[in-house]
Amino acid sequence: SGLFVQIIITAMSFFGFGQSADIDIVLNDAETRKKAEHKSEDGRKDKYFLFYDGETVSGKVNVTLKYPGKRLEHNGIKIEFIGQIELYYDRGNHHEFVSLVKDLARPGELTQSQTFDFEFTHVEKPYESYTGQNVKLRYFLRATVSRRLNDISKELDIVVHTLSTYPELNSSIKMEVGIEDCLHIEFEYNKSKYHLKDVIVGKIYFLLVRIKIRHMEIDIIKRETTGTGPNVYHENDTIAKYEIMDGAPVRGESIPIRLFLAGYEMTPTMRDINKKFSVRYYLNLVLIDEEERRYFKQQEITLWRKGDIVRKSMSHQAAIASQRFEGSSNPERSQSQSNEEGDS
Amino acid sequence: MTESAVADTRRLNSKPQDLTDAYGPPSNFLEIDVYDPQIIGVGRSRYTTYEVRMRTNLPIFKLKDSCVRRRYSDFEWLKNELERDSKIVVPPLPGKALKRQLPFRGDEGLFEESFIEERRSGLEQFINRIAGHPLAQNERCLHMFLQEESIDRNYIPGKV
Repeated sequence: SGLFVQIIITAMSFFGFGQSADIDIVLNDAETRKKAEHKSEDGRKDKYFLFYDGETVSGKVNVTLKYPGKRLEHNGIKIEFIGQIELYYDRGNHHEFVSLVKDLARPGELTQSQTFDFEFTHVEKPYESYTGQNVKLRYFLRATVSRRLNDISKELDIVVHTLSTYPELNSSIKMEVGIEDCLHIEFEYNKSKYHLKDVIVGKIYFLLVRIKIRHMEIDIIKRETTGTGPNVYHENDTIAKYEIMDGAPVRGESIPIRLFLAGYEMTPTMRDINKKFSVRYYLNLVLIDEEERRYFKQQEITLWRKGDIVRKSMSHQAAIASQRFEGSSNPERSQSQSNEEGDS
Repeated sequence: MTESAVADTRRLNSKPQDLTDAYGPPSNFLEIDVYDPQIIGVGRSRYTTYEVRMRTNLPIFKLKDSCVRRRYSDFEWLKNELERDSKIVVPPLPGKALKRQLPFRGDEGLFEESFIEERRSGLEQFINRIAGHPLAQNERCLHMFLQEESIDRNYIPGKV
């Protein structure tokens, strides 16, 4: 009769009559922790709890029985913290670079709904969350009630940002390029490393113009590279097109550039993340002539994420702003614009 | 370097522009006119020639002002040479108008005034677009077409 009961119980859980449970993961600092917007694969923007490298992830797992009074037999309850990379062309394989687990309950049974505390202390989160065209890097908590036939699990995605400080070395990009006897320009961008809310300040100086130029623009191009060796795949995406000149320039003319990055959706530069993918950004200077012919020069820039600073008092901000405008006749420039060899 | 809440958006230093550069003549002057159609020959072997006049200050052209006579097949020859030797995408010529060469037409056929004007305008657009292209300016065939009195079809193709 033991086997008979076993068959009935199996049939009951098969038809959904067995005990089941809902799992809920709640963070301890859900009230105070900031959320960040992150675009999902289908393009929707959702908000997730924001974490940084080294922060502790702690909270509670609520297991709520569906049918009160009935027991829930299980093979163990655990919670995992996972950081993984998923390549869209290889969906079955998830590359986990962070994998932590905490056992919440040994195999047994729950007679009533229960809450379990968990804490992952000072978790390493080496990379930034990223959802791209061909690859996704995500961090999430996964609570699992293991059972013989089917596990019950719940995931809670979080978003991780990687912060950097002002780079010590941030040389300007300065170069002379052209087509012999046709067009020679010298372009300069004030830095090679920009934070996500920075401003690209630069200029284009025309040394020789023997073609009829109609307009000039700067494009920001994002290149996502996935795969290794012979299977490398580049996905280019033009994030921005910003016209900086309309009309025909002459020799000796200087066209200023002032491009505010905060208006565009960009991520920090990611190089060879876990040897799986890279996300790099390029400035593309494009000149278009009267016959729609395009002349261009592409230059990589490094983007980094700056931590939010505490807002200084309004009067201090106003003092800085007025210094900036008065300083236009001042030949002195700040350290980051000193004359160093540009990166190529 | 101290962090500040306001970004530094001052312009980079630039050399002030020379007045001779600012008010000087443009160094990219190039104008080609295709005009004065003339019908040469008699009867069935008639053909139309056009005057092709180029004025330029681009240093790559030997003559700053040149004038030659060309017919439609010369333009075709130039198009073929460029398609073969240069890397440019050669713009289209106005149509060959084979139908107009058939007999028993109600009008003047190839020598109809409106047709000649249409063709002249198309040839002018064609040659201006090509001559302005930096990669076409390297080709011997273009210089021979624009600035030598007659086209030597046995020439040695090459770069200038």
